[in-house]
Amino acid sequence: MRRVALHGEDQDMISIENLSKTYGGFEAVDDVTFTARAGRVTGFLGPNGAGKSTTMRIMVGLTPPTSGTALIDGRPFAELPNPGLDVGVLLDASAQHAGRTGREILALAARTIGLPRIRVEEMLHRVSLSDSEAERRVKNYSLGMRQRLGIAAALIGDPAVLILDEPANGLDPAGIRWMRDLLREYADQGGTVLLSSHLLHEIEVVADDLVVIGNGRIVASGTKEDLLAAAGTFIRTRDAAGLARALSAAGISSSVTSEGAVRTDADPEQVGLIALEARIALTELRAADGAGLEEMFLELTAEPQRDPISSEGAAA
Amino acid sequence: MTTTMERTSAAPARSLRSTEQIPTRRIIGVELQKMFDTRSGFWLLVGGAIVSVIATIITAFADPHLSYGAFAAAIGAPLSIILPMTGILAVTSEWSQRTGLTTFTMVPHRGRVIAAKLAATMLVGLASIAIAFSVGALGNVIGSAITGHRTVWDISIGNALTIFLADGLGMLMGFMLGVLIRSSSGAIVAYFVYALVLPAAFGALAAFQAWFRHAQGWVDFHDASTRLYDSGMGGSDWAHLAVAGLIWLMIPLAIGLFTLSRSEVK
Repeated sequence: MRRVALHGEDQDMISIENLSKTYGGFEAVDDVTFTARAGRVTGFLGPNGAGKSTTMRIMVGLTPPTSGTALIDGRPFAELPNPGLDVGVLLDASAQHAGRTGREILALAARTIGLPRIRVEEMLHRVSLSDSEAERRVKNYSLGMRQRLGIAAALIGDPAVLILDEPANGLDPAGIRWMRDLLREYADQGGTVLLSSHLLHEIEVVADDLVVIGNGRIVASGTKEDLLAAAGTFIRTRDAAGLARALSAAGISSSVTSEGAVRTDADPEQVGLIALEARIALTELRAADGAGLEEMFLELTAEPQRDPISSEGAAA
Repeated sequence: MTTTMERTSAAPARSLRSTEQIPTRRIIGVELQKMFDTRSGFWLLVGGAIVSVIATIITAFADPHLSYGAFAAAIGAPLSIILPMTGILAVTSEWSQRTGLTTFTMVPHRGRVIAAKLAATMLVGLASIAIAFSVGALGNVIGSAITGHRTVWDISIGNALTIFLADGLGMLMGFMLGVLIRSSSGAIVAYFVYALVLPAAFGALAAFQAWFRHAQGWVDFHDASTRLYDSGMGGSDWAHLAVAGLIWLMIPLAIGLFTLSRSEVK
């Protein structure tokens, strides 16, 4: 059975369609649809408790969905003959037996997947765990070391798809940089990377595509560029109020920030022309990147996050 | 969504490559390895070995009636208490230590993993009784030589088979509690209730209540399975074992397997 390609492209490696998961009356995941494509890093962004982990657990068959489908290259995860060769999964770096050594954990993975023992040493080297660290029991690992071990376990089968839940948690800045480069390289070699985070800045630097989830629902998805463009234009001028009036006269809504800057959904070119006509000098005119995405993230997620207290079924 | 290709790399999209199912033998092997590669598993094994050596020595010097049966029982009894715990932990650690997140994604078929754990648990039980018989035989020969007694071989083949069965049921008991409770501490407490508290309670009840004395065989699984260690299981003994085993072992196991197959691994 082949999937229906949503975008008419044949490289949707992860396809989530109309996925829902209900606990009692509570909709943890509510009609979620998105894809992650080969050769790209897809960031799965949302505040804690938004449904990211539940969606990822459903993807790999650990949690049965209430309805909808989650397919890996057109197939349910459980139908992959030897999933470790196809999909590298890291859901929780702390979910390891405290009494096992790091090397033993990788050895078990290698044996299960059917890989030669040398892969264990290669992976330890790849994630920079030293010999003595590999011999320590995981109980004595820092969260950063556990993340590295988890990444090693995910990569050990050299899979085409990576599914990582908050992989940067506990990593130091150098570790985050290392992880970012690793994921970029993986995608550049044709791999599919889906990683989740509740931190926008963390994901913004590495992701090509973004899927934003809040309160179990997808609130935005698309390429990072598209989402940035949608965030509008940022303007500084000595006459903010005058510019706002001029924009308003042209039928464009805008807002003046507390610092006296102007934000609007119109694109920079349009704003520049209106300012020229109104003879208002601009000191700064640019697409509202970064900060704009952050605002979008807060806007998109804060509202549904506050809402459920009053909505029915939240008591469950 | 049409102008989104600018960051797509030149490298062709990688596709899935796995074609062969993971063989069951390999899963069993991994599960066996997991039973003993942790600190707790390792010490259960070492503890079992130490206890069996001590039991052999004590029997050799303390028991006035040296026989093969005495040695085998002295070694087998502590092992039959300790080893079912490896069966418990084999299942519960996937939940208590949350390793299930990894295990059930590498093998996304709960049934296959749990069946492999059952096989591994039974192999451990089989091996432990084989060791008890071997060490017991050694102790019997050496012990009787040292003390000057005649070497007595008093376990029949039939009795040896029922001892294997009793041990297997003990291991299955641990496995069942692990599957049903899925928490290491909870399942171990339940195991001691099963192995120590319930038999004592049933014994006391039978001692003081005449009506229960007749019913005990049917409902006291420990009593019914202990008879497997003695030679000469009668027809009613087998019937008792079947009924008590259904109540205390098979029904809870079925419930446990059902809930496990539908549970969420978190």
